[in-house]
Amino acid sequence: MLLIECPYCGARAQIEFTYGGDATLSRPGDLSAVETKEWLDFVYLRENPRGPHIEWWHHSAGCRRWFKVRRDTLSHEISATGTPDSNLGSGSV
Amino acid sequence: MNFSRNLALKYSVFSLARNAFSHHERWPEAWRSPDPKAEYDVIIVGAGGHGLATAYYLAKEHGISNVAVVEKGWLGGGNTGRNTTIVRSNYLLDANARFYEFSLKLWEGLSRDLNFNLMFSQRGVINLAHSDPQLDAYARRGNAMRLNGIDAELLSREEIQRRVPLLDCSRKARFPITGGLLQPRGGVARHDAVAWGFARAADARGVDIIQNCEVTGIHKQGNRVTGVETTRGYIGARKIGLAVAGNSSRLAAMAGVTLPIESHVLQAMVTEPLKPVLHTVVTSGASHLYISQTDKGEILMGGDLDGYNSYAQRGNLPLIEHVIQAAVSLFPFLSRTRLMRTWGGVMDMTMDGSPIIGKLPVEGLYMNGGWCYGGFKATPGSGWVFAWTLAKDQPHELNAAFNLDRFHSGWLLDEKGAGATPGAH
Ligand SMILES: Cc1cc2nc3c(=O)[nH]c(=O)nc-3n(C[C@H](O)[C@H](O)[C@H](O)COP(=O)(O)OP(=O)(O)OC[C@H]3O[C@@H](n4cnc5c(N)ncnc54)[C@H](O)[C@@H]3O)c2cc1C
Ligand SMILES: [Zn+2]
Repeated sequence: MLLIECPYCGARAQIEFTYGGDATLSRPGDLSAVETKEWLDFVYLRENPRGPHIEWWHHSAGCRRWFKVRRDTLSHEISATGTPDSNLGSGSV
Repeated sequence: MNFSRNLALKYSVFSLARNAFSHHERWPEAWRSPDPKAEYDVIIVGAGGHGLATAYYLAKEHGISNVAVVEKGWLGGGNTGRNTTIVRSNYLLDANARFYEFSLKLWEGLSRDLNFNLMFSQRGVINLAHSDPQLDAYARRGNAMRLNGIDAELLSREEIQRRVPLLDCSRKARFPITGGLLQPRGGVARHDAVAWGFARAADARGVDIIQNCEVTGIHKQGNRVTGVETTRGYIGARKIGLAVAGNSSRLAAMAGVTLPIESHVLQAMVTEPLKPVLHTVVTSGASHLYISQTDKGEILMGGDLDGYNSYAQRGNLPLIEHVIQAAVSLFPFLSRTRLMRTWGGVMDMTMDGSPIIGKLPVEGLYMNGGWCYGGFKATPGSGWVFAWTLAKDQPHELNAAFNLDRFHSGWLLDEKGAGATPGAH
């Protein structure tokens, strides 16, 4: 069982949370100015690293806020969590 | 050499009796363990069922046998040896239905073709419906299957109870059963045997299977591949086929390609062995469970992904608890059975839930991956079409729809209509 530290509530069991995927993706800006390819890359392509991964989690059975987690996809070890505006570094090292 | 490889390895009741006299200690090795050559016409990365089947069909169907299958661990140690072995072709979309039905037809003759008992058992696969709309959806799927020439039968609740006596079909069940869809020709097979059978047959046709040899880099000249860097040195190749399942993104990244894939862990588990109690495969999408009984008697169960990106080949307890809750609610007798083992494998989840079999945007580089939960049943079909694609440098009509371009052209194959959510397929 993962023990996840919600930046608002503290450490809680994994079953209180819902996973939200890669948090390093940035949504293309002004839609009318963006090439379709850039938009499709954002929707479909993933770096999918083996190792550190910056990802979204939702404290769905708690405070219901989204936050960022830095977790290793090979060992599952969580090395940092932070609010959505925090910079947890890049996903792959 | 040829004699010993081609004839002595025919398994028969006579060779079994002969080897019994020497206490089964003198069976010849089923395949060689050669050192890599300097260069091959084709290198297949990954000796799972798919990589080995590809090599076998390259040699058998296209006469290309200067082929190496390079494996970082031992052959069949990936998802091929970790899955719940359900084989079926009960798909809704035409491209999927035709491809998986082609694969199922290959399964039906495969033990004979490979001279290796794959213990393929067409005991039927039943998908349970737990509501009227779900039963309607299954009726639609069954009709679509029949239009594609695939066997399908809609079952009433009473008929399901007759076929699966220990299933709780009563009205007071936690998720009452309203009926179901049966594919009678679906079933299970012995997973290790599939890897071993293809390995032995590919080796006999001259393919080099190189285990304990991890690919760490892909060499290119301009935009064309020239070979692979491995833990056993550089090996040259005119063509490279990736068949590495959950590691597809890593291998593609070595050639500078980013894929529409996330890797996730999927777990499975078995109970202690019981007498025969469950004669078909039963799945329940609504309660996230698929269940069957192995030939050893264990009740074999699996469910959903753990739900977060993972390369770990092991998962966590919440998912195991979830699967067991579903199993006990459908089969109350299981509450008194002990769980014996759990394990996990790394799934290559695509953004539309369908595989990618075809050319990558690098000359000479091809991939076979994105199998999500369901690549075991595809093993012979996937090897067959991938071999075709490698040999002819273009897809066969059966895998033309499984191209990588579809994510940018809009021709997605989203069987579930779940959208770009890899964990949801
Ligand atoms: C728990 C579980 C249950 C499943 N249940 C079913 C089911 O009931 N029915 C079904 O159809 N499918 C099922 N699947 C899916 C199925 O197992 C896979 O889709 C299928 O086996 C994939 O076969 P493969 O040969 O592509 O991959 P694998 O057997 O995983 O082979 C890939 C190989 O590539 C090797 N490799 C990786 N990286 C490298 C590298 N850098 N260099 C060299 N080699 C490398 C790996 O070591 C591995 O041996 C299940 C999977 C799991 C985990
Ligand atoms: Zn919280």
